[in-house]
Amino acid sequence: MRKLKRQLCAGPYIVWIIGFTVLPILMILYYAFTTPEHRFTLENVLSIAEPIHLKALLLSVRLALECTVLCLLLSYPLAMILNGLKIKRQSFIVFIFVLPMWMNFMLRILAWQMLLSNNGIINSILQALGFSGVSILNTPAAVVFGMVYDFLPFMILPIYNSLVRIRSDVIEAAKDLGASNMIVFFRIIVPLTMSGVISGVIMVFVPALTSFVISDLLGGGKVLLIGNVIEQSFMQGMNWNLGSGLSIVLMVFVIASMAFMNSHTKETEGTAVW
Amino acid sequence: MKRKILSAFAAAFLLGALTGCSGGSDNSLVVLNYGKYLDPEMLELFEEETGIHVEYEEYESPEEMYTKYKAGSIDYDLACTSDYMVQKLIGEGEVLEMNYDNIPGIKNLDQTYFEFSKAFDPENKYSMPYFFGTVGILYNTKMVDAFEVNTWDVLWDENYSGQIIMENSVRDSFMVPLKKLGYSLNTTDENELQKALDLLIDQKPLVYAYLVDESSDEMVAGNAAMALVYSGEAAAAKIYNKDLDYVVPMEGSNMWIDSWFLPKTCKHAQNAEKFLDFLCRKDVAMKNFEYVYYATPNLEVYKALDKEVQNDPTIFPPHEVLEDCEVLSSLDDDSTKLYNDLWKKLKSN
Amino acid sequence: MVKKGIQRIYLIFIFLFLYLPIAVLIVLSFNDSKSRVSWGGFTFDWYIRLFESRSIMNAFYTTIFITLTSAVIATILGTLAAIGIGAMRKKGKAVMLGATNIPLLNADIVTGISLMLLFVRFTRLGMSTVLLAHITFNIPYVILNVLPKLNGLSQNTYEAALDLGATPLYAFYKIVWPDIRPGVFSGFLMAMTMSLDDFSITYFTKGAGIHTLSTMIYTELRKGIKPEMYALSTILFLIALILLLLMNYRSREDQINERRT
Repeated sequence: MRKLKRQLCAGPYIVWIIGFTVLPILMILYYAFTTPEHRFTLENVLSIAEPIHLKALLLSVRLALECTVLCLLLSYPLAMILNGLKIKRQSFIVFIFVLPMWMNFMLRILAWQMLLSNNGIINSILQALGFSGVSILNTPAAVVFGMVYDFLPFMILPIYNSLVRIRSDVIEAAKDLGASNMIVFFRIIVPLTMSGVISGVIMVFVPALTSFVISDLLGGGKVLLIGNVIEQSFMQGMNWNLGSGLSIVLMVFVIASMAFMNSHTKETEGTAVW
Repeated sequence: MKRKILSAFAAAFLLGALTGCSGGSDNSLVVLNYGKYLDPEMLELFEEETGIHVEYEEYESPEEMYTKYKAGSIDYDLACTSDYMVQKLIGEGEVLEMNYDNIPGIKNLDQTYFEFSKAFDPENKYSMPYFFGTVGILYNTKMVDAFEVNTWDVLWDENYSGQIIMENSVRDSFMVPLKKLGYSLNTTDENELQKALDLLIDQKPLVYAYLVDESSDEMVAGNAAMALVYSGEAAAAKIYNKDLDYVVPMEGSNMWIDSWFLPKTCKHAQNAEKFLDFLCRKDVAMKNFEYVYYATPNLEVYKALDKEVQNDPTIFPPHEVLEDCEVLSSLDDDSTKLYNDLWKKLKSN
Repeated sequence: MVKKGIQRIYLIFIFLFLYLPIAVLIVLSFNDSKSRVSWGGFTFDWYIRLFESRSIMNAFYTTIFITLTSAVIATILGTLAAIGIGAMRKKGKAVMLGATNIPLLNADIVTGISLMLLFVRFTRLGMSTVLLAHITFNIPYVILNVLPKLNGLSQNTYEAALDLGATPLYAFYKIVWPDIRPGVFSGFLMAMTMSLDDFSITYFTKGAGIHTLSTMIYTELRKGIKPEMYALSTILFLIALILLLLMNYRSREDQINERRT
């Protein structure tokens, strides 16, 4: 009875979801499966099989994977170090990583564009130091760089949160029983932070897969991702049906890859944790 | 903490109520225009002089404006966009006839540009020119010799590998190879377009980036040798970097005209006409010209300018250059799809 | 000792990575040249002009209004929802979490356009539609922040308190609230940040004449960003930074007090 009462708390949210999440999705579905003349068609959805679209999807998957792996490699040690600092207020750490987002996203990416360009600050410094300089701007590598920059906090925070929640007596107990640092790390810390890693991976992989602004600004318009194709069919091609069809495919793809990941990991409480 | 949040919330709400949530008054005017294409002080001046409240909307590309307009979400009274998009909207019956008699100030505009407007508004019934210009090559005189850029071929010169910036839009990018091959930039012939695409694919390894807005900044910073840009942007870039110069290659190019029109959703035609008349006024047009720095069709403004500015071919394209230029016209749905498919092919190559 | 050094270098490296572009933008706000690639000397002008520009200040107020209002409403709805979801059985929970994830899974532009299609059918676009859209994409962040904090001992303690005759509200305030407070706070913070940074969704759902800072910056991309924008962004950033430092200062005091008692 009491549980039921508490469940009712979610009532307003359920109404909200139906109104502003489910209904809009239905509209996109309608566009995805019709022609501009409002007749049923599978063409929009099946057009993902066209070589251009398939290529864009594969490139998006590749770059999103690279970005996710890089974020994970950067974040895990960072989260360990931060945890080692023993800062009492966790929200302070959260704030540090959220703070950059208070500068507009497009401005920050523009700033990177300036920093990375041929005559940019980074190259000037490198050249002054006698190095040959980098020219990664307008390549897929620059797109991955921008994505890592933008999505890194989404990986660090969940991992850090799951690390903080490990109680130190668990680790001490293991050590008392003779476990080495390696064993403690692989048998205790890694399994206990798995839920954080998973939500981090999801929070990075998904937006990386669907992004289009970064590839336009840092890829010099030479890198065509599936997000760009969708954006172009809505904005330039004025073909909302195609755009909707491809969005639906992308959504199904994202959900499938998440389901795949969840089936390969043990039961974790609450998939997406901050 | 809770109290703090609450008070911040209340403050924000008050602010919002004071400033943002206006509207509803009938003496208003909803205007849709390109971003940064009107001196905001002129908007304030107009509101002061007439008491008409202006709700001012901005967009970045004509396609985007079409999407916003077609969604029917906002009833615009007056809009400004580029030639081919005006034509498309006229073709779809979305544009009202303009009563030039109610806009006395229109006499300040050079009749020549109404002639050019006939490319998209054949009877001069629907539109009023606002700014115009050409598309050409902005180049760095320290890296490229002037004689080289007289032809579009220079954009395929392997000596400038990785130093060429192209436009990140379909029509502008295809314009170059089409003109180079001697075709019309409005062609819908599949063979001609295929040849143009082949040329663009050949060119892609030499291209530093496909940009829209940032190309002039990149040129100012010296990150590239050449960029395909609109004449107005070139004029602005030249101020910041004296080594830059602008040329329209001899094969000809695209001349563009951005014009005002009254969309079908217009509810305040009188206010819109007052606004257009206001924009034609010499002092206003002058301020606007200084703010936007694109070529204005306003003859009174032109006459009042320094000789140096008048004769700057980057700002005011000479008539012999314009003779070789074509105005973009709108494409039907099939051709639009063809252009977009070819564009995607280029990008994914 | 060496390990400490490496750790420190690594931290510095990451912070440089995160904050370098911000430093660039702050420098640009003092640049006496309209072009972002040439340095024209130091100036304070943009900060003065900023406050004289009606359009920028309007956009600023609108941004603050939408950000705060949507974050507050999303926090209330989201916290309630998290409590409700927390009390659900496995299946219900899975369905709710799935639905919660949808806005995070969609490309921004798709969410934006689909909401626009919906709004256009039933109402006129205006400030309220932007607000509705922002609340929609903010709620998931709140739920995902609060939910993990609920999975603890407090559930049982809460039940026990009710058994002992506490009113639900009192029991909530005394037992559940202290547990979830950090989650609610970071959820609120995330919601505010997401809302502040959003462009695509705002762009499609806003009515005529309404501008937020991001839509304003976007329309300026075509002909170069107004330096006033860098100045305003710098101010916003500094406000956030000061809040952060105050928070840190307070937490230190708390710690000292804790030690004393």
